[in-house]
Amino acid sequence: MTTTESSENEGLLVRRIKNGTVIDHIDGGEALNVVKILGITGTTQEALSIATNVPSRNMGRKDIVKLANRELSKEEVDRIALISPRATINIIRNFKVCEKKGVEIPDLIEGLVRCPNPGCISNTNEPIRSRFRVLPEGLHCCYCDWVITRDITGHII
Amino acid sequence: MSFESAMARLGGTSISVGSVEACSMAKGETLADTIRVVSGYADAIVIRHPKEGAARLASEFATVPVINAGDGAGQHPSQTLLDLYTIRQTMPIDGIDIALIGDLRYGRTAHSLASALSLYHARLHTISPKGLELPATMAAGLAEKGMEIIEHNDIKDVIDIVDVLYITRIQRERFPDSASYFNVASSYRITPELLAGAKKHLIVLHPLPRVDEIDPRVDVSPHARYFEQSKNGVPVRMAMLMQVLQ
Repeated sequence: MTTTESSENEGLLVRRIKNGTVIDHIDGGEALNVVKILGITGTTQEALSIATNVPSRNMGRKDIVKLANRELSKEEVDRIALISPRATINIIRNFKVCEKKGVEIPDLIEGLVRCPNPGCISNTNEPIRSRFRVLPEGLHCCYCDWVITRDITGHII
Repeated sequence: MSFESAMARLGGTSISVGSVEACSMAKGETLADTIRVVSGYADAIVIRHPKEGAARLASEFATVPVINAGDGAGQHPSQTLLDLYTIRQTMPIDGIDIALIGDLRYGRTAHSLASALSLYHARLHTISPKGLELPATMAAGLAEKGMEIIEHNDIKDVIDIVDVLYITRIQRERFPDSASYFNVASSYRITPELLAGAKKHLIVLHPLPRVDEIDPRVDVSPHARYFEQSKNGVPVRMAMLMQVLQ
């Protein structure tokens, strides 16, 4: 994690980015799962900054993820809503916030979560991606009808 | 076998793949590929498969209609249609009290029947060994649809209140040893003595094959309907095939 290095960045835990995406208001402790959901791995070429358990007036504590030189699409960021529905997305261009939006829980998620049912056809070598309908009670497997009601992050592929 | 019989009676022919071990899947072919190939050979596909969701997957890759004839511990909708037909031959389905007995966790016939009965304001009495109860998410889903589900420990507790006894086979492989299997299986047995306390119009159903769940002496009882039920599988499946082929 970077420390404050300039007067412009004073008070900031993580340096500002010139271009890219800032995901703010992530539920405390969920930043690494957010990164996992976005499919950002250790091999990414772009600068990635993660701040966890940052004091927040509204949330008590929150996490922040900054990804330089990449603007995330709405479909990508909506997946975050599964674990952090209050997250906000800021698209940064030339140090300015050009777009700010919340996340919306998608109706259907594909290829993100593994069905916990070992007997489910989606856990075989078939050429399909897992598919879940997002329902109020949890994630409903479109193949075997299993419902994941808790610990969604534990099932992320 | 009943689907093959149904197709033959409709004047058509069927190609039976047999078990998974007997086809290209044993060589490592995916179900998706098998379905694509068989789509070119037949006008409809009837699939029974050990994995849950296999029929849904098949429907994604098939270019012909697909009928789910049982997917693992998931669903068995064609059995349910003939179950409902058999019940309706004796009584209106609306508002019945039905006991589901046996392996309700892995028993796909019980899953599909319970789901269908939720459309008929039926009251469900469940009796199953510990660990083989109706899956919690399924029970919650049925309750949400307004179905009343009452768990019991003993068939004797419900014998005088239910209209239908639906008993399923308890599989030996669900138990750690033979002794514990026989111990449980013997307590889920329908006998003439048990039926002495039943309503006059009660019917006993079983998706068959049975092992020890029903005493053979029950076969001649006016309550026994399981062979009639099995026979009904042919016209019901003929109707299903007609529906998808037209």
